[in-house]
Amino acid sequence: MEEIKTLLVILLSCVFVDNYVLCRFLGICPFLGVSKKLNQATGMGVSVTLVMLLATAVTWPIQYFVLNTLGLGYLQNIVFILVIATLVQILEMFLKRLSPALYEGLGVYLPLITTNCAVLGVTINNILDGYGFLESMVSSLGCGLGFLLAMVLFSGLRSRINERIVPAPFRGLGVTLIAASFISLAFMGFAGIVEKIFA
Amino acid sequence: MSDKKASLATLTNGILKENPTLVLILGTCPTLATTQTVIGAVGMGIAALLVLLCSNVFISLLRRVIPESMRIPSYIVIIAGFVTVVKMLVQAYVPSLYESLGVYLDLITVNCIILGRAEMFASKNPVVSAALDGIGMGIGFTLALGAMATIREVFGAASFAGIAIPFLQNYKIAFLTKAPGGLLVYGLLIALVYAVTHGRAPLKKSFSCEGCVHAANCHVKSCETKGEVQ
Repeated sequence: MEEIKTLLVILLSCVFVDNYVLCRFLGICPFLGVSKKLNQATGMGVSVTLVMLLATAVTWPIQYFVLNTLGLGYLQNIVFILVIATLVQILEMFLKRLSPALYEGLGVYLPLITTNCAVLGVTINNILDGYGFLESMVSSLGCGLGFLLAMVLFSGLRSRINERIVPAPFRGLGVTLIAASFISLAFMGFAGIVEKIFA
Repeated sequence: MSDKKASLATLTNGILKENPTLVLILGTCPTLATTQTVIGAVGMGIAALLVLLCSNVFISLLRRVIPESMRIPSYIVIIAGFVTVVKMLVQAYVPSLYESLGVYLDLITVNCIILGRAEMFASKNPVVSAALDGIGMGIGFTLALGAMATIREVFGAASFAGIAIPFLQNYKIAFLTKAPGGLLVYGLLIALVYAVTHGRAPLKKSFSCEGCVHAANCHVKSCETKGEVQ
C-alpha cells in the first residue's frame, strides 16, 4: 500500500507539479514548434511518452548493471544519448514494418525526438533522484503524460491566438512564449497539492 | 586585410546579427531554465562556449573524414565527449555552480546551438573560422543569458549576482524568478529585438532546413517547425 502511494505521488507530481515543459523547461523546442494543431500535438506527445518509457527501461539497467559495476559512471552522458538515438531508429523501423497506420501517425515525429532534451533529461534525472526501476518507469510515464498534457492544452490556446490580431513585434514566438507563461502560471497552482492529497 | 575583416565578421556575427538565443531562437531550454540567477546564467554560457569552441574545432578538423550519412551521430558523440570533460572540470573547480546547474550541464549535449553550428558552419569551414564562429556564438549566448538573468534577478530577487540591491528590497516581483516569469521575460525580449530591428534580423525561415538541427534525419516534406519562428 505504502509503495503504491509513493508511485502515485511520483506519477502525479511529474504530470502536474514538476511538469517537464512548464516548470523544468525541458523539451521546449517541440513544445513551441509542433503545437500548432491538436492532432500534431497529440502525435508528438504520445511519441515522446513512448520513447521516454523505452529509454528509461534500457538506460536504468545500463547505469546500474554496466556503468556502475565497471566504474564508468562518467560515461553516462555519451552512453545515454547513443542509446536514445539507437532506440528511436529501431522503434521507427519496427513501427514501419508492424503497423504502417501507427507509423503514419507517429513516424514523422520520431526523428525529432533524438535530440529532445526532455528524453535525455528524464533518464538522467531518474538516476540523479536515485529512483529504483519501477519508480523510474512511473516517473517517465508521468513526465511523458505531463508533456502530452501541456502540448494538448497549448495547441488549444494557440488556435485561439491565431484568430486574433497581434501587434507586429509580438507576432510569432513573442506572443507564443507569453501565452506559455500564463499556462505555466496556472500550473504553479498545483504546487503542494499532491503531497496534501496523500498526507 | 580583407581576411582580417572576414574573420572579425565571423566572430561578431554570433554576438549580434545572428545571436543564437534572441535571433536564431536556438537553445531555448537552458535559456529559460538557468537564468534565475546571473551567476548560474553566465556559468552556463561559459560552459556552453567551451563545448561549442572545442566541438567546432574538432568537427571542422574532421570534416573530410566523417562520412555524410554518419555525420549526426558522430557530431553527437563528439559533443557528448566534450560535455563530459567540461562537466568534470566544473565539478572539480566550481562545485557550487555544478550543484546549481545540475542536469542542465548534461543537457548541453542536446543543446541545438551546438549541433546547429556543427551542421551549419563547422562542417563546411576551415578550423580558424570554425573556432572564431564558436567563440562568437558562445559569447552571444552568454550575453543573452546574462541579460535575461539580470532582468529576472534584479527585479525578481532585488539582487545582482548575489549582491543585494538595497532600494529595491520592498519591490520584489517574485514571479519573475519562477518558471512563468522566465517565459514572459523571454517573450518580451524577443519582441523587443524584433521591434528594434524592425524584423530585419535574419529569420529562422531564411535558413530553411539548414538551420534546423533535425533536418539531417528528418523526412518530413513540409514540416511545422520549418516556417515556425515569426
